[in-house]
Amino acid sequence: MKRIKFFLLLALIIFLFSLPAFSGKYILYITIHILILSVFALGFNLLLGYTGLLSFGQAGFFAMGAYACAKILLILPSLLLGTMTGMIAGALAAFILGFLCVRHTRIYFSMLTLSFGMMIYSLAWKWREVTGGDDGLVGIPRAPLEIPGVFSIDMNPMGNYYYYYVLVISLLAIYLLYRLIQSPFGLTLKGIRESENRVAYAGISVRHYRLLSFTIAGLYAGLAGSFLPPLENTVTPPIAHWTHSAEPVMVTLLGGIHTFSGPIVGSIVFYIIKDIIVRYTQYWLIWFGAIIVFLVLVFRGGIVIFLIERIWPLIKWR
Amino acid sequence: MAILLRTEKLKKYFGLVSAADHIDLEIEEGVLTSIIGPNGAGKTTLVNLLTGNIFPDSGKVFFKEEEITHLPIHERVKKGICRSFQIMNIFPKLTVFENVLIPIFALMNKSLSFYKLIDDHLDAKEKAEHLLNEIGLIDKKNLTAGILSHGDQRLLEIGLAMAPEPKLLFLDEPTAGMNPIERIKVLENIRKLSREKRSTFVIIEHDMDIVFSLSDRIVVLHRGQIIADGTPEEIKKNEEVKKVYLGEEIFWQKR
Repeated sequence: MKRIKFFLLLALIIFLFSLPAFSGKYILYITIHILILSVFALGFNLLLGYTGLLSFGQAGFFAMGAYACAKILLILPSLLLGTMTGMIAGALAAFILGFLCVRHTRIYFSMLTLSFGMMIYSLAWKWREVTGGDDGLVGIPRAPLEIPGVFSIDMNPMGNYYYYYVLVISLLAIYLLYRLIQSPFGLTLKGIRESENRVAYAGISVRHYRLLSFTIAGLYAGLAGSFLPPLENTVTPPIAHWTHSAEPVMVTLLGGIHTFSGPIVGSIVFYIIKDIIVRYTQYWLIWFGAIIVFLVLVFRGGIVIFLIERIWPLIKWR
Repeated sequence: MAILLRTEKLKKYFGLVSAADHIDLEIEEGVLTSIIGPNGAGKTTLVNLLTGNIFPDSGKVFFKEEEITHLPIHERVKKGICRSFQIMNIFPKLTVFENVLIPIFALMNKSLSFYKLIDDHLDAKEKAEHLLNEIGLIDKKNLTAGILSHGDQRLLEIGLAMAPEPKLLFLDEPTAGMNPIERIKVLENIRKLSREKRSTFVIIEHDMDIVFSLSDRIVVLHRGQIIADGTPEEIKKNEEVKKVYLGEEIFWQKR
């Protein structure tokens, strides 16, 4: 099982790196979006699946990352700087708001994150001087990736460099998170999910660990957000809306909250379904909702769990 | 012997019910103390107050002459106070091994380590194996805690309470629902650790056989007040204690 997992992973990575060789711009564009949503949802799942906190405000931190990155790129066109600023903005916002949110759990926590997320949304909507209001920020350049004096790579839209840039950083972020959940820190978070009282009696400040988990989730949301401006060249308020917060919730439930790869698988399925339905009807959300409901009911515990527990034994048996 | 923990006029009311009513209690190092009393006497409330699960309405708690009345749970644990629960409080979806690793990482100040894999923390793993050996769950270390038998879960519960290596350990009905063999195993463990003076135990129990055979000292609670405090011999003779256990007359005559 472990070996097969390794080869599957290797195949997937090779596939992702060789993708530009045999597919068009549109596929690459969708893949970038899948990567963005994966990173976004993985951070979210650190909260839901591993710490036991359901946040409905992650889009707020995503938007913080996107706007911060856009602002930087408009002033100083350096891709790496934009990405880093986005990450820091997401983490910082999560740290400050998290300070208030992690005092509560369950529905109270969810409602607090929802309202803070919507506050960021209205900020993006109303604070014209900084965010551009409902027009958003436009004309964001796809800045070159450079370290002054060392190297500089042009992120020309015609080349595939931006795809590689997002891919490499995403894989790195995913790998680090994978290490994290298998570290003592990850185990402690799982403990908090199971019984926070018991963790407190292990001598651990549950609130601090929750805040840390929330901040890391914010950092991942900010990173995901910072990938967006150079891709779309614009940033608009809807990315901060709570409906956007629902995306990581949906894909994580779809893929499975108790598996690391759940959010990634969920993101892939999400974009495939969306892409197919959009071709046939403009009322795609109705169909999409129905399909999601169906999938969640059929794949109890998520697609990944279903594959491992139901499909895998069938293959092995033969 | 030094006084480990001391309370001053500790008071806690739930509405009009007094769960702790001006309790003055001293717990000495190395003296195995049992707290007994009829249902609703305030035994668990007392432990909750002393370990920080709830805070008192008034009164003070001192640990080694340092006031800890309003200290949060985790800081008390760092000072050396821990407990087990009457109601099961383990991590049901984690393995037995992972269960004990959580407090062990906390003890070793490694809970924040986020890059090195658990598998590579050899010292912590060794410590966990040692602890599991001691409580007799080493054979079941890779099982999910939630599927263990009731008795084994209780053993794990006690193991989790012992893992932070506390100076003072409260065990809330440690043997409830165990079969006789498991019970003996737990009691032997407590006796051994107590003799080695690694921890001072305070035990809440219903089983009088255990209480009288194990304790150096017994404290009897009734309606939030201490009505008797002494050696097992003294408690056996105490008239007031007999009165509150009215209806359990036969039980008392038997001994």
